[in-house]
Amino acid sequence: MTTSTEPVVAADGLPLKRSLARALRRQKIRALLLIAPLLLFIVLTFLVPIGNMLLRSVDNAIVEETIPRTVEALRGWDEAGDVPPGEDVFEALYADMLIATDAKRHTRLGSRLNYESSGMSSLFRKTNERRLGRFELEQPLAPQFEDIDEDWITLETWRVIKSNSDPVTAGYFLAAMDLRATPTGIEPVSDLQAIYVKLFVRTMILSVTITAMCFLLGYPIAWILANLPSRSANMLLILVLLPFWTSLLVRTSAWKVLLQQQGVINDLLVWVGVLADDNRLAMINNATGTVIAMTHILLPFMILPLYSVMKTISPTYLRAAKSLGATDWTAFWRVYFPQSVPGIGAGAILVFILAIGYYITPELVGGTDGTFISNRIYYHISSSLNWGLAAALATILLAMVLALYWVYDRLVGIDNVKLG
Amino acid sequence: MADTPANDGFVTFDRVQKSYDGEALVVKDLNLSIGKGEFLTMLGPSGSGKTTCLMMLAGFESATHGEIKLDGVSINNIPPHKRGIGMVFQNYALFPHMTVAENLAFPLEVRKMGKSEREMKVKRALDMVQMGEFGGRRPAQLSGGQQQRIALARALVFDAELVLMDEPLGALDKQLREHMQFEIKHLHEQLGITVVYVTHDQGEALTMSDRVAVFNDGRIQQLAPPEDLYERPENSFVAQFIGENNTLAGTVERIIDGVAEVRLSSGEIINAEPVNVSQPGESTLISIRPERVEIDHTRLPADAHLIDAEVLEWIYMGDIFRTRLRVAGNDQFVIKSRNSGDQRKLVPGERIKIGWAPGDARALEVTE
Repeated sequence: MTTSTEPVVAADGLPLKRSLARALRRQKIRALLLIAPLLLFIVLTFLVPIGNMLLRSVDNAIVEETIPRTVEALRGWDEAGDVPPGEDVFEALYADMLIATDAKRHTRLGSRLNYESSGMSSLFRKTNERRLGRFELEQPLAPQFEDIDEDWITLETWRVIKSNSDPVTAGYFLAAMDLRATPTGIEPVSDLQAIYVKLFVRTMILSVTITAMCFLLGYPIAWILANLPSRSANMLLILVLLPFWTSLLVRTSAWKVLLQQQGVINDLLVWVGVLADDNRLAMINNATGTVIAMTHILLPFMILPLYSVMKTISPTYLRAAKSLGATDWTAFWRVYFPQSVPGIGAGAILVFILAIGYYITPELVGGTDGTFISNRIYYHISSSLNWGLAAALATILLAMVLALYWVYDRLVGIDNVKLG
Repeated sequence: MADTPANDGFVTFDRVQKSYDGEALVVKDLNLSIGKGEFLTMLGPSGSGKTTCLMMLAGFESATHGEIKLDGVSINNIPPHKRGIGMVFQNYALFPHMTVAENLAFPLEVRKMGKSEREMKVKRALDMVQMGEFGGRRPAQLSGGQQQRIALARALVFDAELVLMDEPLGALDKQLREHMQFEIKHLHEQLGITVVYVTHDQGEALTMSDRVAVFNDGRIQQLAPPEDLYERPENSFVAQFIGENNTLAGTVERIIDGVAEVRLSSGEIINAEPVNVSQPGESTLISIRPERVEIDHTRLPADAHLIDAEVLEWIYMGDIFRTRLRVAGNDQFVIKSRNSGDQRKLVPGERIKIGWAPGDARALEVTE
């Protein structure tokens, strides 16, 4: 017998650990080869884009790359003062712009800076190759830039350029939280412009509501499914999955038909006499519509984990509790419910994470007060083309989900999540 | 099935019937009276209706017809949680999300018992099953035998006078099972509780019970103390089901003074005790226990019947020898002889004469 301090040795004198590793190497390589396609797929389609998005949310290299000399010259300028930059900056700007306009990159920089301050886009567009060609180089350049647009000699313009001259910026994140950087520090944007915090809060509240609704509606169904004989349970399970066979778009549009003011439900209520004709309920194109339609769509994701966990809870536990003197309710609450918590955890996490990033349904039935942050992200990606802001919003969303996941782990324990 | 005079009918089943599907009766006309403090076992093959009877008593199944009384009061319409009957389940049904102590405190909590009294009772119940130190553990951290003890303690902790046990030892290995049988029996004696015990293990039933009710096909086939059940089975089913049994087919020639003369299929005539045969000419199965058959003729009474046998197989089993013989055309005739040192080894092919006391051969009815 070897003592615990000495390494155990195999028959050939090599350390046992190394022998074992060698013996298992073939198996490991084979396992790795089996998962290699999926690994590659995930890296290419999931990790790389996410990393790219995270980088894009802080990436600001465009300013330094497009007008490097200007950025350099601006280092000597005090943006907190009330004097525009000196002639050296304009000389550098002239040199940079000549190259930039030649490469047609100046408008891109204009669009980028326009996110920070409107008007920058047209300023850069105006400063084109033709105008620069007419500059008289013996004369001071500042007035000639002023001739193109008087914004060139305002403090605001140069403050924007200088504050964005770092290759890394917090600007997108500030904007995503309804803040902006000024020479005097970070301050909130005006109430009219502030939308993102409100949207984040709304996304959270609606997602929690949808998760709660799914739980309330799904728990009894899962319970019935788990306690039926397997033949009828399978039949009902198919009904639960039936919505998946229909296109998401069709289902969402069907909700429009049902819920709109001239829709089936309102018509019915008016016909029965519950509602006056001029007092029809607004159930679509608002938060109510989003909650109803998304609860319907996400319900199976709550029912299935609940069902598979409840299936493993033996009915004997309820019998045992009753034989020990518990009423039906006590038996359920003290004995059955705690054992179903892992299923609730799995279902709630699944529904909540799906809901918080949901896009198409809020877009179709959300109206103005039922849209989610993801709709805004989509807007910035496809319409305003402010990918940096979209990336920052998406990063915050990701961080929120991870934070909630962490809180959940702390409260419930992720080991307690079971899918069956 | 007359009750013994000691029975005061603590639990009574009165003409109870049960059907699940409205077509077949699972329990057919059950009449049973269980005395206070009695240990009664319901024994039978699966599907014989014994578990259904237990579930009706516990309140988880309702009787289709008839009345079940507990201490003179009909409990047909009392829900299970108000019956105050302790129950030990087949797989223990310990609540996995509670500690052992919480499991035991559960029945006391739902009875709104104060904390200090609760703790005292839990401790006493745990000590009773020698599990005093395990109060803080989870059921999953206990072995099968330990879980079994906790389940027992939980059924007893709220001072139930009647405790039902549904094959409680089925999941244990043989040694532990035998050990637990004695423990349950001793607890029953100490506490003076009434126990209704369901099992399909006849050894268990014989070891533990005051009386055993043998179920088959929804009916009680025989209700008797273990000794009677083994020594004096009233019909072929009980004779076959309880213990090992040799049967010889034959026809009743005549019955004189409580002794039946039976002609075996081999033509030989032997005497047997008529149990449920009465008419000459009736077909019968003679039932003889393997351990009552002797090879050594000096150990037999003078009126013992001797019969020819051919040894087919001889197996050494440690404490006993098991010999398979061909007797009167039956080549599954088994005898068990004690390993007493002077026993000789029989050789297959050997022809011997075996015999038994006339009272040990019982003439029973022929079942299809």
